[in-house]
Amino acid sequence: MLATLRTAAISAAVGAFLCTSGPAFAQKKYDTGATDTEIKIGHIVPYSGPASAYGVIGKTEEAYFRMINENGGINGRKIKFISYDDAYSPPKAVEQVRRLVESDEVLLVFNALGTPSNTAIQKYLNAKKVPQLFVATGATKWNDPKHFPWTIGWQPSYQSEGRIYAKFLMKEKPDAKVAVLYQNDDFGKDYLKGLKDGLEGKASMIAAEASYEVSEPTIDSHVVKLKASGANVLISITTPKFAAQTIKKAAEIDWKALQIVANVSASVGSVLNPAGFENAQGLLSAAYAKDASDPQWQSDPGMQKFFAFLDKYYPEGDRLNSSVVYGYGAAQTLAKILEMCGDDLTRANIMKQAANLKDFTPDTLLPGVKINTSATDFAPIEQLQMMRFSGEKWDLFGEVISGELSH
Amino acid sequence: MSAAAEDTVTEAPAVEAVPKRAMTLGTGTSLVILAALLVTPVFVKNFVVFQMTMVMIYGIAVLALNILTGGSGQFSLGQSAFYALGAYTSAVLMENFNVNYALTLPIAGLVSFGAGYLFGKPALRLSGIYLALATFALAVAMPQLLKLHFLEHWTGGVQGLTVMKPDAPFGLPIGQDKWLYYFTLVIALAIYIGSINLLRSRSGRAFMSIRDNEIAASAMGVDVAQYKTLAFGVSAGITGIAGGLSAIVVAFVAPDSYTINLAIALFLGMVVGGVGWLPGSFVGAAFIIFVPNIAESISKGLSGAVFGVLLFLVIFLVPHGARQVAMLAQQMLGNLRKN
Amino acid sequence: MELFTNQVLAGIATGAIYACMALAVVMIYQAIDHLNFAQGEMAMFSTFISWQLMQWGVPYWWSFILTLAISFAGGILIERLLFKPLAKAPVLTNVAGFIALFAIVNSVAGLIWDFTIKQYPTPFGSAPFLGSQLISTHQAGMIGVTLLMLVGLYLFFQFTRIGLAMRAAAALPESARLVGVNTSWMIALGWGMASAIGAVAGILIAPVVFLEPNMMGGVLVYGFAAAVLGGLSSPLGAVIGGFLVGVFENLAGTYIPGVGNELKLPIALALIITVLVFKPAGLFGRAIVKRV
Repeated sequence: MLATLRTAAISAAVGAFLCTSGPAFAQKKYDTGATDTEIKIGHIVPYSGPASAYGVIGKTEEAYFRMINENGGINGRKIKFISYDDAYSPPKAVEQVRRLVESDEVLLVFNALGTPSNTAIQKYLNAKKVPQLFVATGATKWNDPKHFPWTIGWQPSYQSEGRIYAKFLMKEKPDAKVAVLYQNDDFGKDYLKGLKDGLEGKASMIAAEASYEVSEPTIDSHVVKLKASGANVLISITTPKFAAQTIKKAAEIDWKALQIVANVSASVGSVLNPAGFENAQGLLSAAYAKDASDPQWQSDPGMQKFFAFLDKYYPEGDRLNSSVVYGYGAAQTLAKILEMCGDDLTRANIMKQAANLKDFTPDTLLPGVKINTSATDFAPIEQLQMMRFSGEKWDLFGEVISGELSH
Repeated sequence: MSAAAEDTVTEAPAVEAVPKRAMTLGTGTSLVILAALLVTPVFVKNFVVFQMTMVMIYGIAVLALNILTGGSGQFSLGQSAFYALGAYTSAVLMENFNVNYALTLPIAGLVSFGAGYLFGKPALRLSGIYLALATFALAVAMPQLLKLHFLEHWTGGVQGLTVMKPDAPFGLPIGQDKWLYYFTLVIALAIYIGSINLLRSRSGRAFMSIRDNEIAASAMGVDVAQYKTLAFGVSAGITGIAGGLSAIVVAFVAPDSYTINLAIALFLGMVVGGVGWLPGSFVGAAFIIFVPNIAESISKGLSGAVFGVLLFLVIFLVPHGARQVAMLAQQMLGNLRKN
Repeated sequence: MELFTNQVLAGIATGAIYACMALAVVMIYQAIDHLNFAQGEMAMFSTFISWQLMQWGVPYWWSFILTLAISFAGGILIERLLFKPLAKAPVLTNVAGFIALFAIVNSVAGLIWDFTIKQYPTPFGSAPFLGSQLISTHQAGMIGVTLLMLVGLYLFFQFTRIGLAMRAAAALPESARLVGVNTSWMIALGWGMASAIGAVAGILIAPVVFLEPNMMGGVLVYGFAAAVLGGLSSPLGAVIGGFLVGVFENLAGTYIPGVGNELKLPIALALIITVLVFKPAGLFGRAIVKRV
């Protein structure tokens, strides 16, 4: 990666030299937000308010582009990363995205966070023909190039992950009685849908469902209720705090169900360690990225680069926090696209290149997980691998599964 | 501490008396501001036009709270619930029943008025902190009610509803943003003038007598219960219209848009604008839209803290909000004229 | 039937969390006559301080005592610096001040300690209590400490000079001043005590909900509800209110068909409001008579 960057920088320098000597060379094409020296990227994430935990993603990405700039930029152009706070409020997201597009005049909007906020700005960006790149949400609806050709997702969709668990259960535990605990929002509902779709005719396997609100201090009552259903599998579609509470509570009330936890809450450092490793043995989940707090990746070359980046550009970043790994991977994907665009930095070309990724692997993705997109496939990461927790780390098992949704 | 013992309290009114003349701006000033509001969109970017539209919408909602608190002395932390109700009424009517956006607003207002009036009935028995809790509970409950699965068919559940943004009618050669700006301006103006007249009317005087001394008011023949619930209804109705407008302008409604944070923001808007001073509502609305942006530009990691510090600065310097600034300015002008 | 007992027990265990917070709410209400919206955040910050002390190697109980002292001093400091200057400002301006304090504390904690959840130790252990798997020894310990604080507060307000003076200062400031009570310092003292009680609440709650900057957001809503249900002037009422809310909520979530699970908080709140309509000063509060 660094090597390609260096070559890119050299060729850009050569290109710049040739440019000044011969005007007929290389066609440079720009839309608003790109010039010979700079590319303006817009970004929205909650730095304040109830979802401020995700602000880390913005800070990581900012640090990543700082690294790129210090190493000469992309094709000789520096990245100007403009990141605004929407406090997880859709009306504020609309205000901020308009500020980015109309006032800061960015080339594209990158990795805006949250399903509600992205839904609120999707129509606007598509009407304005501004790329809404790699949205930071796993809703399935981002993969819809026909109706929204300017919007593209990044992470695996919640539904496809739900389907993978369903497939696993039908194969490994066909007579399971399943209890589902889910967060009452777009994230929880989408997962649940994937799970039920995946179970197809066997949705009766689900013996009990309970939903919780993020404002609830504890989910104890739900776990007690689910246990009473007599289920022997618990699927926990929860965010980190509630996942840790569920793992701990299930152990406390001696509920020995096979527990599957959603990928967002599979972090060793920020979920399983607080919940207690002894309570998390045998836990199942699925992953697409490496866990920076998992000892097995400490000497992985990709993660070495990631750690070097953290040390130098984002020393205050918490490596236990999976949002840091997330931000790094997303930023690297954007850098790749911009590199591929060369000197044609039009919005149309950005979308063209974003839909033209072939077997791209950011440093932080699991071995075997590759990013592929096409004009009809706007879901970059579609593969996951199942894993089981034992000792103090995750053991990956089975094959890398594609959760591709067939429409 | 036996439950039987009764405390006797001579309670200072929670909201200080604001004479009704002090509730408005002078005619001259008003006309200058109106003229400025009319011409500004011609010179600024569409994005700024959009922000100004949002200021007016929040301004209407803060004004509604001001009628309730500044006018009748009742306190509410639940305005976001009525705002949500209005927004969803408009959105559902537009998307599911193809009603014209302008027609949805009076319906949103009526629905919210009804809800506010009904809520005001039991709330009558509560005052001060207890009323604050009851309204707070309403605000906390609202997003959960909007997510209810059996309403999902209409409300879109957790995903919310996307709304078509209307174009200017009769082929007027102005963009959507400018059109909605003027549309909102007309409604804001109508509500503002209506509210001033309401507070100057018999009902308004009844509100204020309740605010200043409930017992004295009832002794003078004011039907306290009736006027208190009426104040709740009117305030909720106006908030609902603001909510409906926001659904049209933002073109999207979702449970996450109407959390308790919105209620708190509206409350802050009222305090910063000056409790009981109607023009201040719009100053307060500008505060809740622009100050978080300023805070964020100072520090991303600490934007919440910077916002808090700025808020403290404002309430330290002018505890009575923008009203205090306006009054000072008026005095200084008066002094200048004398000299 | 087993589910019923289980839910009641789980409700009591959760209710202990609310009761703890409600006590801090009553404390501040007794001192300043209104609710402090930043109370939960202050408690969270105190808990982080004690966590940090333990990270630096201070033993549990020492860090506990140190945290109480720091919180007490911190509460007084906040009052002197931020709210004393607002003493003459309207009540609603003070409420805006609480909201500002909330934003500041939350944001600073997030910057210092990050938003990832942290495990917080408990001195009581988390084994099943008396053979019941639904209440752990920690939760039993929490109920015990809550009751201890309740007795302490009762004795303080009922029998000590300072406690009586504090009540007088909050209820009738002018009359209190006339009989020689330094009302301004009573308020500061109230802030200090509320902050220390909040710290205890935070330290007890953190092992259950995990430590992170937003951990008190939900708890405070329930704490308010519990305190108001019990009557804001009565520590006993607040504690009973806490347990009632916890049990109410669980039963509503389990037994009301259709919407119970989705709406357990709104249903619990609606019940509280219904209670308030019939008993406007809460279950154990004193009715307030207004003098014209």
